[in-house]
Order: sequence, then C-alpha cells, then structure tokens
Amino acid sequence: MAEELRANQPEPLPAPSTLPSLRHRRSPLALPVSQLALLAKVPLDGSPFQGNFSAALATAGYADFRPGPPEVLQLNLGKLCNMTCRHCHVDAGPDRTDAVMDRATAEACVALMDRLPLRTVDLTGGAPELNPHFRYLVEEARQRGLHVIDRSNLTVLLTPALEHLPWWLAERGVEVVASFPHPRRGPLESQRGAGAWQRSLEALRRLNRAGYGTGDPKRVLTLVANPVGAFLPGQQKAMEREWKALLAREHGISFDRLITITNMPISRYLEWLESSGNLQRYMELLVGSFNPQTVPGLMCRNTLSVSWDGRLFHCDFNQMLDLEVSEANGGMTVFNFDATLWQSEPIRVARHCFGCTAGSGSSCGGTLVEEG
Amino acid sequence: MSDYYQKRHLNHFSSIGQGNPRLAQLFFSYYQQVFEDGALTAREKALIALAVAHAVQCPYCIDAYTQECLKNGADLEQMTEALHVAVAIRGGASLVHGMQMLDWAQQLTMGGE
Repeated sequence: MAEELRANQPEPLPAPSTLPSLRHRRSPLALPVSQLALLAKVPLDGSPFQGNFSAALATAGYADFRPGPPEVLQLNLGKLCNMTCRHCHVDAGPDRTDAVMDRATAEACVALMDRLPLRTVDLTGGAPELNPHFRYLVEEARQRGLHVIDRSNLTVLLTPALEHLPWWLAERGVEVVASFPHPRRGPLESQRGAGAWQRSLEALRRLNRAGYGTGDPKRVLTLVANPVGAFLPGQQKAMEREWKALLAREHGISFDRLITITNMPISRYLEWLESSGNLQRYMELLVGSFNPQTVPGLMCRNTLSVSWDGRLFHCDFNQMLDLEVSEANGGMTVFNFDATLWQSEPIRVARHCFGCTAGSGSSCGGTLVEEG
Repeated sequence: MSDYYQKRHLNHFSSIGQGNPRLAQLFFSYYQQVFEDGALTAREKALIALAVAHAVQCPYCIDAYTQECLKNGADLEQMTEALHVAVAIRGGASLVHGMQMLDWAQQLTMGGE
C-alpha cells in the first residue's frame, strides 16, 4: 500500500513552453487556405444552420450584410513579435521579419486618415511597437484628433529600446489595450510562455507609474482577457471587478477596464484546437451559442482592417484567412481604396465568424450585448 | 447500464419540462438567478458548484462546472482546492460520526466510564 501511494506521487507540472510560429515550423496550417479547409470540414450537420454563417445571418434578418462607413482604421503593422503565444491568430513571432509594414504603406494609411470619417486608429500586430513607423503613425493620428489604441502584449514594453514608451504614449493620450488573459501565473504562462507573468506584471507597474490605469481619461489602460482553452469568456463585468481587487491587493496594480475577447479558430489557436482534440466541440460551442443580438454591433461593419502589406479586409481575422475585400477586382488596398465600392460589397464571412456572435458576442472592444 | 449518463443529456436538459412545464420553468428561472453575480462572484459560485458536484458525484455537473470555473477565471489550483473542501467535509462527516460510536462503545463496555 505504501509503495502504491509513493508510486502515485503527483508529477511536477511541466514548465509552460510555446512553439515557434507555424511558418517557422513549415506547418501546413501556416497557409490560410489550409485553415479554411480544416474549418469547412468540421462536421456540423447536427448544429444550428449546419454551421453555415450566412444562413445564421439570414435567420437573424441580415441576408444582406454590408459594411457602413468606416469609423475604425485598424492597422496591423506586421507579424513581428517578441512572443509566440499559443493562441495567436496572427502566427506572429520573433522570426516573422518577413511581414512588417513599410514606410510607403504607413504613409498611405495616414492619407486614408484624412479621407475617412474616422473615430479611432487601432494599432495591432504582432507587437505594433516593434514596427519602425509605429511612432510616426501615432503622431499623425493624434494630430488629426483621432483616438489611438496601442494593442500591446505588455512584455515588449520591457525591451530596452522601448522602455520610454509608457511615458511617450501617456503624453499623447494613447489608450493601451493590453493582453492579460489571466491574473494567475499558471494559466497566463500556459498561453504566453514561461516568464510572461512576471514580465507582464512589471510592464503594468510601469504603465501605472506613467499614469495609466488611474482613472485619467487620457491614460486609459484596458486589459484584454481571452480564454486559456476551448471555452467562451466569462462575464466581463464580474471579471473586471474581481481582477481589479485581486491585482490591487496582490500586486499593487490598477487598470481602468477589462474586456473579454473570444478566441478565433484561426492559425495557432486552430492548431491547438485540432491537436488537443477540441476542434469539433469548440465549433459546436460557437455555432450553438449564436446570438442574433450581437450582429448589429459586429466590428466588421465599421472597421477598415489593413494588413502589413496594405491590403484591406473587413476585420483582422479575415485578414489572417486572406479573405480580401473586392477579391474579384484583384483586391482593394490603401493605395486604391474606394469608399463606394467598399460599402457596396457584402462582408466576407465563413465559419470563423461564429466566434464573434457567440454568447455575449466578441469584438476588439469586448462583448457586444449585455450579459445575461 | 451503459446508456446512463449520456453527454447529450446536458444539452437537452430543458426537455425535462415535458411532464410539467410550469415546475421546470420555475426551477430553471430559480437556477439562473442563483448563479447571477451577487454578493458572491460568478467565479466563486462556480467553485462552490464544482465542489458540490463532486460531493453529490454528478457527472453532468462536474462537466458543466469545470467549464464554468475555467470560463470565469478560476485556475486548476483553485478548482483543486475547492474539490478538497468537498473531500474534507465528506471525510470529516464520516469521521465525526465516530463520536456516536465512541459514546456508545463507552456506554456498552466495561471500563468505558
């Protein structure tokens, strides 16, 4: 008996580790077309709408699904990142020097800022801060009085050459929207890699010292929580209240608001879903949780999503799946943007779109409807 | 007995109302309100539910509240601690009944006074 007990001693938990990008590993899933094919072959005949997003939209009264005027210009500055998170839908990583927005494209984005009735310029990546034209884009957008968002992975702010950024961003009133999936080490590091927890906390402390997360509307610190696994996000408001108390008590850190984002079955998250045997269940969950009330607020209706090479998409997810706008006409870019054509073409949809309409809905700004 | 505890049961739980829709509706409405965010957070309630699920050994509830705990930001460490609370109370409940045994044994045997 004693021997059996000893044999049953729990194994120490393996140290969290992340893999290099799909592209680096030459994985077939690095190609958007393989991702779309994998999603399309998930058997969803027993699910509502047979897993067909257009059918779901039609049922909700949106058979004709087109964008309105663009209010948010979301610029994906490239796939270069200092991290290789396991759920990344961009397949970003330190090896992705192949995909970084150049100056000419950045200048064309600035020209678009003058042409469109924008509210917000939303900078994402990769780690947008690693793009050499990041500060140029922030300055140009702020000079035009636009709200600017830096979607930060936090740890990049500890890079020696970028240590001034919290203060630099604070002076310009840039909102920092920071990835922070969990306030506890285990879950955070199983998504973001060993050491990410302490480094994220340190970056949050520095942002606090620069005035972020203290209730100042010019220094808004937003945390983004996305599930560390194959389930939907929890209740945004309840989690915000609880995390505020916990981070203040245990780490002396404050933030302004928390938003939850559903993980999209794309790229490395798709790879994880498949290899962990969760793909079918997760797709059934997304489709089965379709909530028609989320449709009016979907970000594809007011966002112009620009890729590192200047191509235009209805959202960052379509961008990663290569579902281009105006594909029949050879695609639309920041160099030939046509507002009339933009609004006349239907929004491109596929099965991944069920990620934004599940439950309380999901967007780059968090949930879309009141949680019930 | 292998037809017991089917995964599909949980998704179709609402069809339990076939025999009496009114009672089912009352139960589900009550159930939903119990788990609303209140003086306890959704995470705390999910952890309590997870512990109780193990105490009553309900496979449906174990599946549902494992997911609900993760969803609401609990981690494996917290979930395991919640589980041990159930284990401790179950074990403790057996052990504390030993006081009955002790009283009776002392009553019935010589030298027990």
